This record gives sequence, C-alpha cells and structure tokens, in this order.
Amino acid sequence: MIGQLTRTERNVAMVLATLLALLGLTMAAVGNHDPMAVHGFMALGLGIVLVFAVGGVLEEPDPNPARLQQYYDDPIKVGILLAMVWGVFAMTIGLWVAALMVWPDATFGQAWSSYGRLRPVHTTGVIFAFGGNALIATSFHVMQRTCRARLADQLSPWFVLIGYNLFCLWAVSGYFMGVTQSKEYAEPEWYADIWLVIVWVTYLVLYLRTLKRRAEPHIYVANWYYLAFIVVVAMLHIVNAAALPVSFTGAKSYPAFSGVQDAMVQWWYGHNAVAFFMTSGFLGMLYYYLPMRAQRPIFSYRLSILSFWGITFFYLWVGSHHLHYTALPHWVQTLGMTFSIMLLVPSWASAGNALLTLNGAWHRVRDDATLRFMFVAAVFYGLSTFEGSFLAIRPVNALSHYTDWTVGHVHSGALGWLAMVTFGAFYSVIPQIWGRAGMYSPKLVEWHFWLALAGLLTYVFALWNAGITQGLMWRTYNDAGTLNYSFIDSMEAMRPYYIARVVGGSLFLAGLCVGAVNIWLTVRGARSGAADRPLAPQPAE
Amino acid sequence: MALFKAHYNLEKNSIALVIGIILAASVGGLVEIAPLFTIDETVETLPDMRVYTPLELAGRNIYIREGCYACHSQMIRTLRDEVERYGHYSLAAESQYDHPMLWGSKRTGPDIARLGGKYSDDWHVAHLINPRDVVPTSIMPAYPWLADAPLEVDDLGDHLTALRTLGVPYTDDMVANAARDAAAQANPDSDGAEGVTERYGEATTLRRFSGAARLTEMDAVVAYLQVLGQLTQAPYTPDAVEPQP
Repeated sequence: MIGQLTRTERNVAMVLATLLALLGLTMAAVGNHDPMAVHGFMALGLGIVLVFAVGGVLEEPDPNPARLQQYYDDPIKVGILLAMVWGVFAMTIGLWVAALMVWPDATFGQAWSSYGRLRPVHTTGVIFAFGGNALIATSFHVMQRTCRARLADQLSPWFVLIGYNLFCLWAVSGYFMGVTQSKEYAEPEWYADIWLVIVWVTYLVLYLRTLKRRAEPHIYVANWYYLAFIVVVAMLHIVNAAALPVSFTGAKSYPAFSGVQDAMVQWWYGHNAVAFFMTSGFLGMLYYYLPMRAQRPIFSYRLSILSFWGITFFYLWVGSHHLHYTALPHWVQTLGMTFSIMLLVPSWASAGNALLTLNGAWHRVRDDATLRFMFVAAVFYGLSTFEGSFLAIRPVNALSHYTDWTVGHVHSGALGWLAMVTFGAFYSVIPQIWGRAGMYSPKLVEWHFWLALAGLLTYVFALWNAGITQGLMWRTYNDAGTLNYSFIDSMEAMRPYYIARVVGGSLFLAGLCVGAVNIWLTVRGARSGAADRPLAPQPAE
Repeated sequence: MALFKAHYNLEKNSIALVIGIILAASVGGLVEIAPLFTIDETVETLPDMRVYTPLELAGRNIYIREGCYACHSQMIRTLRDEVERYGHYSLAAESQYDHPMLWGSKRTGPDIARLGGKYSDDWHVAHLINPRDVVPTSIMPAYPWLADAPLEVDDLGDHLTALRTLGVPYTDDMVANAARDAAAQANPDSDGAEGVTERYGEATTLRRFSGAARLTEMDAVVAYLQVLGQLTQAPYTPDAVEPQP
C-alpha cells in the first residue's frame, strides 16, 4: 500500500511520521505522571511504527503512472475495516454498560470499568470512531465516483484517516483513565481537541481539492451533505471545545464558558453533533448508495435542495430544546421548540425523497438485504426525526426529559438510522472496491439484517416503556396530594426494561459480528475480475 | 423558479457552497447564544453567592473524572413535582462559576442539585464505598478506592489561577493558599482552618468529611456533595431573588 505513494510523498510521510513521534515524545516527557504522558507514548509508538513502515520502502522506485487513471481506494479499504473494528469494540462496551444497569457490580472493582468512565467510551466509540471512520471512508468513495476524479493526492487521505483514529484512540483511552471535559459527546481534553482541528482542516482541504478536479460540472447532492458535515462540525467543535488548560504539562482543562452559557453552547454543539455528524454525513451516504443500489435516480432534485438548506439552517436553532424548564431564559427555549417542529419539514423531505426513490424498485428491497438496510434506515430516519420534533415540544419534554425515553430516541437514530445506512453502504461498496462479484455470503447479510432489526426493535420498545414509566412515576400524586413514588421505586421499576435492553443490544451486536465476519471473508476472497468504472474520459456519443 | 435556477449555478461552485453552508449554519447560534452574554437578566445577581473552596473544587473534578454527571442531573426544573421532590428550582446564578456546568441530561439516579446537607458525611462515605450497603436496590457503581487514594493538592493553586482567568473571582490570597486551604478544610483543628473561613466565608463547612485522619479523594468528593445547593442561601430565603420572567 505504501509502495503506491510516490517517492516525494514517501519523503513527506517520513517527515510527518517523525514529527508525530517527536510530538509524542514531548508529551510523554512533559506529562510526567499525568495521563497526557500515556497519550504521548501512544503517539510516539504510532510515529515510530510509521517511520519504519515508510522507511522500509523509501527507496523503492516510483509507482506505475497508470494508477492515476484509477480511483484511489486504499484509504477507503482501511477506513471501512477500522470502522468495523471500532464498531465491534464500542458496541461491546455498550452491551457492558447496559449490563451494569442490571448488575452494577460487574466492574471487577476497578476504577476504569465503572459506569461513568465506560459510558463515554461507548458513545464516542460508536458515534465518532465507528461512525466517523465510516463517514471518512465513504466520503472518499462518494467524492471520487460522483466527481469522476481521483483523490487530489495520496498522502492527505492517510493523514486524515490515521490522524482521526489517533484522536479516537486518545479520546477513548483517556476516558478509561478519567481524562474528560465532561461535555457530552465532546469529552476529549484540550490537546486532542487541537489535534482534531488540524486533522479536520486537512480533510476539508482534501475534499475541496478533489471537488475542484471533478469531471462533472455539478456537485452531486451527496457531496453537499458531506461538505456540510465537515464544515459545520468544525465550527461546532472549535466553539464548544474552547478551554483553558491548567498547565501545558497536563491533561486537565477548564471549559471557557460557565453555567447557563456553557449549557447553551454545549447543547448547540450536542444537538448539532447529532445533526451534522449523525445526520448530514449519513444523508450524504444515503443519497449516493441508495439510488445506486436501487438502480433508480433520486426521486426529486428540488426536494433535495429544500431539505438540504432546511436542515443546514434550522438545525442550529434547536439545541435549546435540551434545556426546557431549566435556568435557560424562556425565550431561547421557545425558539428551540419552534424550530424543532419546523425541522420536521426538511427532515421528512429527505426521508420521503429516499423512500420515493425506491418506488419501482420494491422488488429489490424485498430481495436484496443490502438495499433493505438502507430502506429501514430511511424509515427510522423519518421516525426518529418525528420523535425528535415531538420530544422537543415543551410539555412533552416535561415528561420525557431526564428519562430513558431520550436514550431510546438516540438509539432509534443511532442503531436504526446511522448504523443501518452504514451497513447498507458498506455492503454496497466493499465488493466494488475489493473487486469481488458480491459479498462472501448473501445469506449472512440476511442474518445480519434480521438480527439488527430484531435488536433495534427490542431496544427501542424497552426504552420507550422505561422512559414513559419513569416520567409518569416521577409526577404521580396520591390522594393525599403528595408524590406517590420515591425515586428508588421508579428505579426498581426499570429492571425488566433494562434486562430487555441487554437482550436487544446483544442481538444487534451479534448481527454486527456476523457482518464483520462476512466482510473479512469477502476481503480475503479472490478477485473476481469485476472492475470499477474506468476514470478515463468517456468518448462523446 | 428563479431560486432553483440560482441553486443550479451555486452547486457548480464548491467555495460558494461552503460559504453558503457557513452563512446558513451561523444564524441560529448567533441569535440564541450571543445574547446570553449581553442580556443582564440571564443570570440573577445573588449577593451571598460564593466560589468553591479548593477542596470542593478538587471533589468536583473527581465527580467529573468518574463521569457521575452521566446519571445525576444538577438542574431542578420549574415543575411542581420536581420542586416538591428536590427543592427550589435551580437558578442560573447557582452555576455561574461552574466551568463546565454539570446540569446533566439523564436521571438514572436522582437529581443532586440540592443534595448538600440532606445526608450525613458518614452516609455519603458508606454510600460511595458500596451504595448497596445503604440503598439495597441501588444500581450505582461502588467507588471504594476513593477512600484509599491520597488527594493531590499541590497544583490546586494552578487550577484556581486558570478559573480566575476565565472569570471566577478567586483572590490572590485564595490562589496562594489553595493547597493549604484544601488540607485545612478537612482538618478543622489545624492551624490553617481559620484562613479557610476567612477567605470563603463563615458558611463554609470544615469537617473531617471522610472520618479518616489522612486527606483522601473521599474528603474532596464528600465536601463537594455537601456543598451542592449551598453556595448561596437565596433559594431558601423568600424574596431574596427576583423571579424569572
């Protein structure tokens, strides 16, 4: 793989790897007894491995220039495999935290394994490590195919991919050691946050440079969504991560904002991590792989435009619906609620556009589990966005907030939408870029589909019940006019639902493992000769 | 339609598209967040609001480190059942020195915004060592190591300095004596105890929170839990604070 880099690129890679090793060494040296030193050693180790990997082929001759007539798929392959590894890891942790809510002593008495430390490992692992790698990998694929152009260079995709995974590794290993800013879905400490900015800017530049090389006059819809994902996530991250380190030799920092302002910034970020990481990016995926797999053009171009700008504009207003009835000023809550309801229009425009695209291809949905993954994803996207708007209504939120209903809602989005569309995309792209006729076993894809669907439904039904039960118990008054249930009563009532959640999670994870095995067998299989579309200019008809 | 025609051209230009995305996405935040820094009524003014002592701050950092906020909120909403269950609804001013705020988003366990003073130190210590010893059906994790881990106090001055840079009113005196004050707050018979009261006010609690002679993380966590909702007495004093509109 490294042999595919030109000699110049290999030299630059050598310099970058050395710099990474030096950065790691510095962090390790100044960090002393701080967890930051551990992260320094990780960077140092990675840098040294890369130095040796690149150094070993540094003097090899330049690769065949014919490669420039092909798409550059190596980083996509690595990204997909990393996504699967992170997915299995993070969902296993998810199953563990679910089990901890039934068997709280399943921690081995260790600090690193208590619920509070494992929970961000699960959330970051699924959203950012699994989802992020899936987004980066598929974006490299979609941008090349829809632009009919090769990636702008061969080095920056690797910088983005390796750099991003180092961020994920720092984040996740940090939580085990208690390194956290405690800002939900943005827990990593200051140096990881700065590192992510560098990686992310490189990603944006690479994307724009590749778009510039496109052989199509128009930029396809999927790319708008990927662009919004990259640009807006950068904006959110930079504002929300603003913090002052206690010292540059340690991990601990204090966020720049406090109290009510911090809460608003946090949920402006938090809800838009949902919007631009977990929605916009994955809509980019949906807009490419669903029509390709269904062999139908997108139902409506105009609907795409409306929903794209609607999502990009409305979403940034809705974060305050996480703060209903709190000390946040009432007017901000009202704005958040109002925009949350309006947001249903562009959201359903996207979901509807996807489902209407399938009109005329329902037989494929029936026969092809890969397309069915994306169909279910579109359905759950529609359901989750409806549920989201509903939960944002102030009186509904009075009942649902702080309960497991919210957790169920997030999982209906994360499992039903994000993971399902990713599986559909992976099963579409893997045979193509590895040059296989199809997945190793279509039957295993079916198994994955049904296990995932069964797990998803079990999970969300359990938590809907849990959440509504909690919300009602907390506000039930008896005839004497006092609260009828103690808090511990409501917690004890959760036990059957929490057990059902463990069952649902197990099914979903089992499906994922089946998928991982199937992907591995496909990757290890023989090239069947099915070639990707050539990049060479097409003669005019 | 002209709008779609304009878009037809927009989508041929990647830079224009990026600028369009930035513009569209900026409005919401500018309208909802920026005014929170400029409108004075956003945060009430409470005359007796005090800052965290170094020991309480250290406890708060342990609370963050262990991810306690994932299951406990610190934000009582303006709803009848919440006020009756947990106490006066939370005021914005009560978290004005909280970098970051720990309002939370989930109540797997109860809200603890006004936990301070509700249970004894002994109860907290027993509960943290094994929650099921005092609440048999609790699903909270056990934190026995807190009682063994010595508390790191040497760098607390740097912590106070960082917070002061961000706007928390710590004085030079507080910064200079941070490590000493942390130890003294958990050792009321020591020489430094007077200084703690002098710097942080008469209402500051000085006790051997963990019950043990050695200063451990348990002291810090219990000191923090006992100050929740106690940084100001305004919510418990009728008419001390103007109601929110």
